[in-house]
Amino acid sequence: MTETGAGIALRRPGESDGPRLLRERGQREVFCGLTGIIWLHRKIQDAFFLVVGSRTCAHLIQSAAGVMIFAEPRFATAIIDDRDLAGLADANDELDRVVTRLLERRPDIRLLFLVGSCPSEVIQLDLSRAARRLSEQFSPDVRVLNYSGSGIETTFTQGEDACLAALVPTMPHTNAESLIVVGALADVVEDQFRRLFIAMGITDVAFLPPRRTAALPAVGPGTRILLAQPFLNDTSRSLEERGAMRISAPFPLGVEGTTLWLRAAADAFGVEDARFRAATDLARERGRRAVSHQRELLSGKSVFFFPDSQLEVPLARFLARELSMRIIEAGTPFLHKEHLAEELAMLPPNVTISEGQDVDRQLDRCRAARPDLVVCGLGLANPLEVEGMTTKWSIELLFTPVQGYDQAGDLAELFARPLARRRRLAV
Amino acid sequence: MKLTLWTYEGPPHVGAMRVATAMEGLHYVLHAPQGDTYADLLFTMIERRGKRPPVTYTTFQARDLGGDTAGLFKKAALDAYERFRPDALLVGASCTAELIQDDPGGLAKALNLPVPVVPVDLPSYQKKENWGAAETFYQLVRTLASPNVGAQRTETDRPRCNILGPTALGFRHRDDVTEVTRLLARLGIDVNVTAPLGATPGDLARIGEADFNIVLYPEIGMQAAAWLERNFGQPIVRSVPIGVGATRDFIDEIVSLIGCDATAVLEEMGTRLPWYSRSVDSTYLTGKRVFIFGDATHAIAAARVAAEELGFTLCGLGTYSREFAREVRETARKHDIDALITDDYLDVEAAITAANPELILGTQMERHIAKRLGIPCAVISAPVHVQDFPARYSPQMGFEGTNVIFDTWVHPLMMGLEEHLLGMFRDDFEFKDEAGASHLHESAHTRIASPVAAAVAWEAAAEQELKKIPFFVRGKARKNTERFAQERALATITVETLYDAKAHFGR
Repeated sequence: MTETGAGIALRRPGESDGPRLLRERGQREVFCGLTGIIWLHRKIQDAFFLVVGSRTCAHLIQSAAGVMIFAEPRFATAIIDDRDLAGLADANDELDRVVTRLLERRPDIRLLFLVGSCPSEVIQLDLSRAARRLSEQFSPDVRVLNYSGSGIETTFTQGEDACLAALVPTMPHTNAESLIVVGALADVVEDQFRRLFIAMGITDVAFLPPRRTAALPAVGPGTRILLAQPFLNDTSRSLEERGAMRISAPFPLGVEGTTLWLRAAADAFGVEDARFRAATDLARERGRRAVSHQRELLSGKSVFFFPDSQLEVPLARFLARELSMRIIEAGTPFLHKEHLAEELAMLPPNVTISEGQDVDRQLDRCRAARPDLVVCGLGLANPLEVEGMTTKWSIELLFTPVQGYDQAGDLAELFARPLARRRRLAV
Repeated sequence: MKLTLWTYEGPPHVGAMRVATAMEGLHYVLHAPQGDTYADLLFTMIERRGKRPPVTYTTFQARDLGGDTAGLFKKAALDAYERFRPDALLVGASCTAELIQDDPGGLAKALNLPVPVVPVDLPSYQKKENWGAAETFYQLVRTLASPNVGAQRTETDRPRCNILGPTALGFRHRDDVTEVTRLLARLGIDVNVTAPLGATPGDLARIGEADFNIVLYPEIGMQAAAWLERNFGQPIVRSVPIGVGATRDFIDEIVSLIGCDATAVLEEMGTRLPWYSRSVDSTYLTGKRVFIFGDATHAIAAARVAAEELGFTLCGLGTYSREFAREVRETARKHDIDALITDDYLDVEAAITAANPELILGTQMERHIAKRLGIPCAVISAPVHVQDFPARYSPQMGFEGTNVIFDTWVHPLMMGLEEHLLGMFRDDFEFKDEAGASHLHESAHTRIASPVAAAVAWEAAAEQELKKIPFFVRGKARKNTERFAQERALATITVETLYDAKAHFGR
């Protein structure tokens, strides 16, 4: 279980000391894909997520989210019990009954996701067939789709990827030229990006996922897609199969990342340099100023990432290049080299990238390195603080608007706060 | 299949984790897929524990399913033993691993480790967290308790007992143990072993050396205590010392068991609850309608304290602990109400809405309901939230527990005089009911359930008059008046109807 890949060099042309890749297999201290429901159910306002799973699934989502959410959630779990397993109850009949009760209670729902889990996958419950059947039954009021958020197949943010990939076949067809920004973003960030694109002259821009089902964008051979998140492998592939072209770019984290991300879109749409500058100069300068406030605290400090959301590589790039931090290890649950090509090329030399996890061995490496800041999940943060380390919980990076120019300073501040707090406290 | 928005209890392996995390020197190897590690954050975040739970997850993935998941388990168990060197190893499966039937117990035994291996079979698709904790604790006691105990006692030795049931992530378990241990010391009784909280496998081996067992949390400790009673002849103290009366019963039960002298303790109880409750300021608590929901132990105890020690009236009592439904039903019958036995959050919400209480004593889940309905609420039971692990000492049990309970339950309510003034001057623009109690935060009282398509029409004047009734009983007044009008086939409700109904239903 602790087989360790020999360091595989991720070579860049003309460089011998690129990032080193460490592949690990062992206990993973990460969430499963169901966890994405926590932000997706707020993002798509007329969608409901019904996990078909065990009590563990229900407990996971409420433990990860329940502490934060007081409004009635647009998610629930259909808990499989021993009657379903023993075949005493027909799982499909049971599911129909649960869905009917749910839709009676929430007539405002237009889109229902049946979300597969570890148990539903292991007992091979065919949720795609169930989704088709229920879709027919509740059409045209409610569309029913399915995807898997199971831990045996997905890690944390891969749940969002699976959810968005499930949406792709339902997107209408178009031959028109358009831009789709892919990946859930905070509403405020979306609005900022839309304004920037319009200022550049790119007016036909849509976002996936949409805030409401009716706003699901159309896709076709004239569509360019720009990924706002680094974990959208399946979604990107499905969109490309519909004819869309992916715009390669780094991710819009930090001022530099945002500029390169916007610039890639501008280039794809033939926006002239002067117009690009006119549209972005002010915001870029504002972003630089905001980031610089945290440089004094973060510059020269070392940071160690435990794997969590796949945002680790872009974040490491941001911290290294815009805040002069020293990256000891950037752990990621999965390294998608194609989508991260630009990011990997921008990393400083001799960074270790670890893919997968053996948490106890990684803790050993972290303790040995004594980094100034550890970015890790909720299960590890307090124990590491007790050991004297300063930690930043990584889940906050998904629950906070961090992309774009006007959030670059906030993003830097998220990493600075634990250090600033430690500096304040005299107890 | 059961539709679930929120669950009161986690799966049974989380119960096993609560036992393992509470103990020292024990390690739990859990056959589980990626993602089940979420349970670690319950302990590190909600309870703010400074150590990771002693749990190794095998983390199997889809691609392992066709291959050797059993081999994965054996490797994980061996690695965990070598890294952590526990005194005993607990092994089991989570819900998904249960389906692939790898037999963790058999696999771990085959490793021939030099420490006891305790397998726990926890049927995830039938049972829940508390059952899992009880079963795990029972299996640990059964396996580890040494039969060669005792005998070396002389008559001058002080009596000894075990305290059974407290776990990690329990509602105030840490402070309850401290309080009960202090109370026992005042009675001249030593604690032999407290378990699972703080116990090692070695402590469980000498559990038979005690004269009797105290079970603080029957949901978790009773199964093991019953086995110890049968096999070691250790009697069980069954009173749970929550509230003044119950704490006195607890002491009486111990006295009748071992004949110690409790006179001094009973004279100097150290509780302010009886006087605070009798002081005239508390008159306004009289007959306040409370709805109680929680685990069986805390719900039953709360019912007694609410009725006998604070003078409230019960308008609802329920539990999610189906295993103890009979006991809760008995208690409810004494208060002339029907017990609500359910683990369905929606049912609880409906029952509370219908009962329209003035105070809810519940779990974190009921805090959601209370917030929505604008009803004051205090937490009396797990499931818990980070706020339920206060920095200060705040037990629920023993005499200090009664002080904590008085403060916690009374605090969310409006003070007596404040309530009167609100009733007298409804129209004061600054002192309006939407403001709620002065010591509570802004939005605490903003919403009262609006009438659902009233069957009878209200005259504008009557509607206006209704607003003069304090908001916390307004919903009830509205419903009663409508019922009164319907029963008399009145077409509209006038101001007179409102007061007729008030006289009719008046308490």
